[in-house]
Amino acid sequence: MTKYILKRLLWMVPVILGVTVVIFFIMHFVPGDPAVIILGTEASQAELQAKREQLGLAQPFVIQLGNYMKQVFLHFDFGNSYITNNSITKELLGRLPRTALVGFISIVLMLLVGIPLGITAAVHQNGLGDRICMVIALIGVSVPSFWLGLLLVITFSLRLGWLPASGIGGLQYYVLPCIASAFGGIAGLARQSRSSMLEVIRSDYVVTARAKGLSERKVIYGHALPNALIPIITVAGSHLAHIFGGSVVIENVFSIPGIGSYMVQAVNNRDYTVVTGSVIFLAVVFSLVMLLVDVVYAFVDPRIKAQYTSGSRKKKGAGT
Amino acid sequence: MKKESANAAVIKRLRKNKTAMFGLFIFTLLALSAIFAPLLSPYGYATLDMKHAFQGPSAAHWFGTDDLGRDIFTRILYGGRYSLTIGIISVSFALVVGVVIGTIAGYFGGRADNLIMRFLDIFQSIPGLILTIAISAALGSGFDKTILALSISRIPSFARVLRASIMRVREQEYLEAAESIRCGKFRIIMKYVLPNSLAPLIVEATMGVANTVLTAASLSYIGLGVQPPTPEWGAMLSGAKGYIRDYSYMLTFPGLFIAITVLCLNMLGDGLRDALDPRLKN
Repeated sequence: MTKYILKRLLWMVPVILGVTVVIFFIMHFVPGDPAVIILGTEASQAELQAKREQLGLAQPFVIQLGNYMKQVFLHFDFGNSYITNNSITKELLGRLPRTALVGFISIVLMLLVGIPLGITAAVHQNGLGDRICMVIALIGVSVPSFWLGLLLVITFSLRLGWLPASGIGGLQYYVLPCIASAFGGIAGLARQSRSSMLEVIRSDYVVTARAKGLSERKVIYGHALPNALIPIITVAGSHLAHIFGGSVVIENVFSIPGIGSYMVQAVNNRDYTVVTGSVIFLAVVFSLVMLLVDVVYAFVDPRIKAQYTSGSRKKKGAGT
Repeated sequence: MKKESANAAVIKRLRKNKTAMFGLFIFTLLALSAIFAPLLSPYGYATLDMKHAFQGPSAAHWFGTDDLGRDIFTRILYGGRYSLTIGIISVSFALVVGVVIGTIAGYFGGRADNLIMRFLDIFQSIPGLILTIAISAALGSGFDKTILALSISRIPSFARVLRASIMRVREQEYLEAAESIRCGKFRIIMKYVLPNSLAPLIVEATMGVANTVLTAASLSYIGLGVQPPTPEWGAMLSGAKGYIRDYSYMLTFPGLFIAITVLCLNMLGDGLRDALDPRLKN
């Protein structure tokens, strides 16, 4: 198991380096001259040229990329913002707790509400509760999270006045953003949990478990669920990506000064070092979370564990 | 002959699925009303009418009017043109590229497969929306650039799905048979590999249109993507967010139409999945 985790952790290194190259490459071809963005259109040619030299923009692309990689991975420094000249690393780390809080609560909500909901629906298949749950879940995966956020604000902040509409402060500020960001995931996970439970529940070993007189609870949670979990975890992984990406929009709706809103602001200001830095940073955090998902996956799926205890070569499944 | 009957069976199963048919019906209705928008509404989507600004829903203006007195219902009808086109075109483009990449990876395997998959790993370690934002930051905003940004970020998942499905088909005996009679590679792929492995991709593409409509709206909402005054649904929401306190109806309807569109496509996608893989349904 440790070997597996180590291997996955090591694999993260080339992926993150690759992400950096790709994002740096994309941002390199952004129209507009950073020197003009910093100095304004009034600046003289000589001043602009001096600024370009100072930023290292006069060098060839490969050298710029090399310098950037060195700066990021050896000194953990994403450089400074073109606009405010503040350290991007500092800003990202300062904003991380807010983004992480919304993300973490959303993920927990998604897992703790989505999976049990799906299981309950599957156990009571075709009952009234099941039908209602699945209709709501279908709607849930179709509603844009930011629009749901707006509706929540209209209802709970503006009409009822129960919760603050935007900004940051106590935990009450995070209730609506977390619901808006988790809802799609809850719905998606409930749908997946239900369908994979239904597939498992008819299998012979579940019939056997019932036949030997186990309690319904034991049958469902002890025998059916562990086997149903594998596709559920796969889907949970893809919803994690949605929550991560969605943070950008949710932070915009609720005016939360997190990493997502930092990035959008930077895109609108054409502050591209910030965009590059935020994307790489988010990709690193996201990869770490996905690593965690893969580890959980390995715990649940004995086939992966077996590969490593028998020492055979790692071969990723075709289904991913 | 056999292929025909298999497809016919899928269509028959799909047609029996009431939810899927309902989704398809509503989606067709939405598409038709976007196409025939000028016939359905007496107003122009960009006609300003300051005297009638900020009017709530009424008989004259079903969904009310916005800050410039433009009829919201009309704008939503026209907006469907943008939102639906973005969804369909960017998925089609991503499909073409995804099929090529996925086929190379899945059918030829080996080093090409390894290289492609590692490259896709890089793209997939950036959450979809973030990647789209980065690409559209580089390309700039606007209708065509948004389509391109959305389709580029959707390619990896299509390629992966097709690759996985081709790898299952590759083991089949009919491919061995085709290879043993020295059938050309291109012919094998077009005649035997793709037709037998496209099913999961069709489902993924249907859901992909739904997701793209959602992502496009999110992009426009945060000020990237399609810009106001274009009546794209996300852009309409973006323009209306300043009036959330007093004129919340302005935010209700465009979002509702995004949700309905996505819902229809999801219903159709669910139905397609069940129809293509009847084993899953009971």
